[in-house]
Amino acid sequence: MQRALHIDPGKCTGCLQCEMACSYENEGLFNPAKSRIKVFTFHHEGRFAPYTCTQCADAWCQKACPVDAIQIDRNTGAKVIVEARCVGCKVCTIACPFGTVNYNTASGKVIKCDLCGGDPACAKACPTAAITYIDADWTGLDKMRAYAEQSLAGTA
Amino acid sequence: MQYLIIGAGPAGVNAAEALRRLDPDASVRIVGDEPEPPYSRMAIPYLLMERVDEHGTHLREQADHFADRGIIVTQGRVASIDPAAHQVTLHDGSRLGYDRLLIATGSSPASPPIPGIDGPNVSSCWTLADARAIAARAVSGSKVALIGAGFIGSIILEALAMRGVQLSVIEQGERMVPRMMGPQAGGLLQRWCESHGVAVHTGVSVEAIEAKGVRLAGGRFVEADLVITATGVRPNLGLLEGSGVKVEQGVLIDRHFRTNVADIYAAGDVAQGLDFCTGSYAVHAIQPTATDHGYLAAVNMSGRVAEYEGSVNMNVLDTLGLLSCSFGRWEGVDGGEHAELYSPDDYRYLSLQFEGDRLIGANAVGLFQHVGVLRGLIQRRTALGEWKDRLMRDPTRLMEAYMATTQVI
Amino acid sequence: MAWTRKILRVDLTNGTCTAEALNMAWANEYLGQRGLATKYLSEEIDPKCDPLGPDNKLIMATGPLTGTMASTGGRYSVITKSPLTGLVACSNSGGFIGAEMKNAGWDMIIFEGKSPEPVYLYVENDGAELRSAADIWGKTVWQADEILHKKHQDPQLRIACVGRSAEAGCLYAAVVNDLHRAAGRSGVGTVMASKNLKAVAVRGTLGVGNIADPKGFMDAVNAGKQVLADNAVTGQGLATYGTQVLMNVINGMAAMPTFNMKEVQFAGAEKISGEAMHEPRPSDGKPNLTTNAGCFGCTIACGRISTVDRGHFSVQNKPEYWGNSGGLEYEAAWALGSDTGIDDLDALTYVNFLCNEDGMDPISFGSTVAAAMELFQAGAITQEHTGGIDLAFGGAAALVKLAELTAKGEGFGRDIGLGSKRLCEKYGMPDLSMTVKGQEFPAYDPRAIQGMGLAYATSNRGACHLRGYTVASEVLGIPVKTDPLVTEGKAGLVKAFQDATAAVDSAGLCVFTTFAWSMENIAPQVDAACEGDWSVDRMLEVGERIWNLERDFNMRAGMTADQDTLPKRLLKEAANVGPAKGRVNDLDKMLPEYYALRGWSADGQITPETRARFGI
Repeated sequence: MQRALHIDPGKCTGCLQCEMACSYENEGLFNPAKSRIKVFTFHHEGRFAPYTCTQCADAWCQKACPVDAIQIDRNTGAKVIVEARCVGCKVCTIACPFGTVNYNTASGKVIKCDLCGGDPACAKACPTAAITYIDADWTGLDKMRAYAEQSLAGTA
Repeated sequence: MQYLIIGAGPAGVNAAEALRRLDPDASVRIVGDEPEPPYSRMAIPYLLMERVDEHGTHLREQADHFADRGIIVTQGRVASIDPAAHQVTLHDGSRLGYDRLLIATGSSPASPPIPGIDGPNVSSCWTLADARAIAARAVSGSKVALIGAGFIGSIILEALAMRGVQLSVIEQGERMVPRMMGPQAGGLLQRWCESHGVAVHTGVSVEAIEAKGVRLAGGRFVEADLVITATGVRPNLGLLEGSGVKVEQGVLIDRHFRTNVADIYAAGDVAQGLDFCTGSYAVHAIQPTATDHGYLAAVNMSGRVAEYEGSVNMNVLDTLGLLSCSFGRWEGVDGGEHAELYSPDDYRYLSLQFEGDRLIGANAVGLFQHVGVLRGLIQRRTALGEWKDRLMRDPTRLMEAYMATTQVI
Repeated sequence: MAWTRKILRVDLTNGTCTAEALNMAWANEYLGQRGLATKYLSEEIDPKCDPLGPDNKLIMATGPLTGTMASTGGRYSVITKSPLTGLVACSNSGGFIGAEMKNAGWDMIIFEGKSPEPVYLYVENDGAELRSAADIWGKTVWQADEILHKKHQDPQLRIACVGRSAEAGCLYAAVVNDLHRAAGRSGVGTVMASKNLKAVAVRGTLGVGNIADPKGFMDAVNAGKQVLADNAVTGQGLATYGTQVLMNVINGMAAMPTFNMKEVQFAGAEKISGEAMHEPRPSDGKPNLTTNAGCFGCTIACGRISTVDRGHFSVQNKPEYWGNSGGLEYEAAWALGSDTGIDDLDALTYVNFLCNEDGMDPISFGSTVAAAMELFQAGAITQEHTGGIDLAFGGAAALVKLAELTAKGEGFGRDIGLGSKRLCEKYGMPDLSMTVKGQEFPAYDPRAIQGMGLAYATSNRGACHLRGYTVASEVLGIPVKTDPLVTEGKAGLVKAFQDATAAVDSAGLCVFTTFAWSMENIAPQVDAACEGDWSVDRMLEVGERIWNLERDFNMRAGMTADQDTLPKRLLKEAANVGPAKGRVNDLDKMLPEYYALRGWSADGQITPETRARFGI
């Protein structure tokens, strides 16, 4: 059974422990600006919502990449940036309709969630279980993916 | 089943891979006219910047990628198509049969009628061969004139500037990237380039290219050892002559990527397909459209039915570190509304175009986080409701608007 | 390391921003944030300078753990000379801007001089520049925040800003960051506005590193997070009720100052308590509290996010106040509510919004209103003074009106903006001011909690609960329960809390962690993050050094030891009800022992031996 990140915004307090854990895992620094997961604040509503890549089955970023720099991690199903191949053209950043691939100005390459190879640091760091890493069936992500693919690509 | 794909660019390669998955027993063949393995023109600027070697431009990393999948890649140039016989003829006279054919021949640089444009000091920047020639001549300290500051010109601009050449850019339009962004955003790009040592001449046409440079209308002369042209591209339609396949700006296709001729499909830069935003048919010579086209054309060619929703015209540009992007109907529509922020001191610009409570287009300079949601909002035709009013007041609240209207928050 | 080792010095007079190296010798003695910035202030300004003149400086400082994953490691402090007390001011805030400063590569920002025109500082990593604040001067914090975010087109920009109250000279104006977190006390916002500095907007993308022992640090951080999660107060109580968990507890033990500290129990406390904030309203079925919220890196998340009932008189015609914003903390609920006798939760929430929106310390504001109410009761203030406002205790409409006026610096709001001490002096009844060294009291009556009397009297920034929170021991039993009514042992308790708190404040952590953490939990995090050996003992030594440095600054500023006292009311008028009925605060039984434990002379002077011991 493939696992996926499950996000429950109702439990999020906006503390950004996930962003620090993510950036520390990936960049070796506590740097929310480089986090692959971002917490958005809905000030007026009083809500916080962590947000990251859902690892679409048929990933738009991957298809749009001109140089085969987004590949699938066979263990986790994650779509992973192959740093050595990414030229930094940013086509994936506009192709991903979820906005979850971002350009890193420091490295000149793009970054996205890679599920930390199957042990996501964000989920471990979250103090309220707003982010958990669970069986994909339970996340509702499949529905979201299907919806995304239909609405963007036609009714295949 | 024999699938034949003409063109080894992203549309052709994506189509071939999808066909292989969808129809494991079929024969899948790509015919491309360049000697290298399928590669990406998108990567050429980065080759010129020496961020990657030629292998880094290849569409697929592994050398045996296609062979492993039973996809045959043949070098050859298709001269003509015989729909009745379901055959194509190559320039060397050989013939290849097909059951279903995909025209994915892409486009080539347009060559405007400028005296001297065929001179030895003039090059386009389109193929790996072009790139090798430019790399040999555009060396540090040399003087280079770039004609055209559209999207492609602007991408090449960065590569040339990073090679340390003395660069002048000449754009006939009133601003840089005139078909991608409005005057304020285009103005920011120009000012940014100038502050980074690039001479930018806008609103002026080229009278002639001479041995020592470029003569502009009005008499100014831009010295250059090398002149590079980036004055637009045209679909490669030559092979269709006599085939009966209908063309306008490109090969006319329906929402299933079919041309008017049975069993012939088209995709990518060469195709004039459905424009998501306008509902009309247009050529969108961009990478995401090529890959989407290639994939969905394959789905239809395999016998499944996938009705295309159309492509959103979009571009992302990095101009010497200044990021900009455009989506859909960035110029707006009659009766629509428009939210705009312009911060010239910080080189930032954001413009959102609405029709009713839906986003239909956008331009941004200096935005590099979550840019893709602009595509998402446009292409889902998301009803923004009250968030549209919030975006009118503060367009930077884009991500919140996206999440609030598309996710459970 | 953990420090970025870089300071940004902003010369407002000349409009320049320059980077300089952090003085690491000082960092090793004073750690960061509160301690280190006080050292800089102490070295760089004349303690006798006019706090609102160009010779005063204002420092925004982070600690070595600020911006790291240490739980609550998002704090920063604003250090300056206070216009309210004339002493050192150090106001600590959470939110996100402290971590952002660190991410931009700065340990602290020192502002000096005075700008000829209103400006704001814009920092993007290494780049820092002063820009015109012409379009945000005169605006509220919330308005300015929106304008700056739009101007820079960056939703992630973190902003600290002063409101209109600061511009108008309110002496307890706060520096508000991230809309509703505040460096609240002692008028640090007033100093900022006096320099024509409206806001500081920061964007940092460089990251926080320089961790001396990364693996050891993450182990210590994770262990610390677990301790917080397992503790009833930090794991449950604060998330559920926020600091408002205290309202019913403190009122229940009759330690709740009420009616300008005349009484010690408030009949309406339950209606303005943390529990009440969870109760659905009859009007719309929603509770006052929408959710709890965490500051940067905080796994406690005590923050309150609330709404005001749309039908309430305070907002019924003001839809701009119908959304969520920072809700009531215990101190605000007490000062705005109990001390004034007002039990209207919506009125208090709205006034709390205004305190955030225009940058007023709700403790000082509420206490000053309470003093005004008592002056009104005594006839010293009349409706002629107030412009027709009836200042009877318990009047929610009067509180709302005064908040609006003080926020804008209009009408009688200008008098309320003076603070309790100056107000009571102005109207001829100085004994009615419930202040120490000019700063208003917080929400624990020292007649019922004896140790707090000593903590207030000796606090280096005037009356304050956050300089030595013996409530933890005397009420909550942390780390050990002591009897709130006895004075024996309280001198040592106060000193221990004061020193430990100074160290926590200097590390970049929130003092609320100490409900669960002892120095045994904190020192390993600092030790792993920072170069050198940071043992428990060294942390406490640093804390004590800081305390002495602050004292030294204050004495040089002209403070005398006879100001280590409490208002007469608390020393002479006995508590009216509860276990402390008949008791006053027995400060004189604790103070001499405290001086002795501090290594100070009997008249409160730092002795040469103590100076030598701490290098002061």
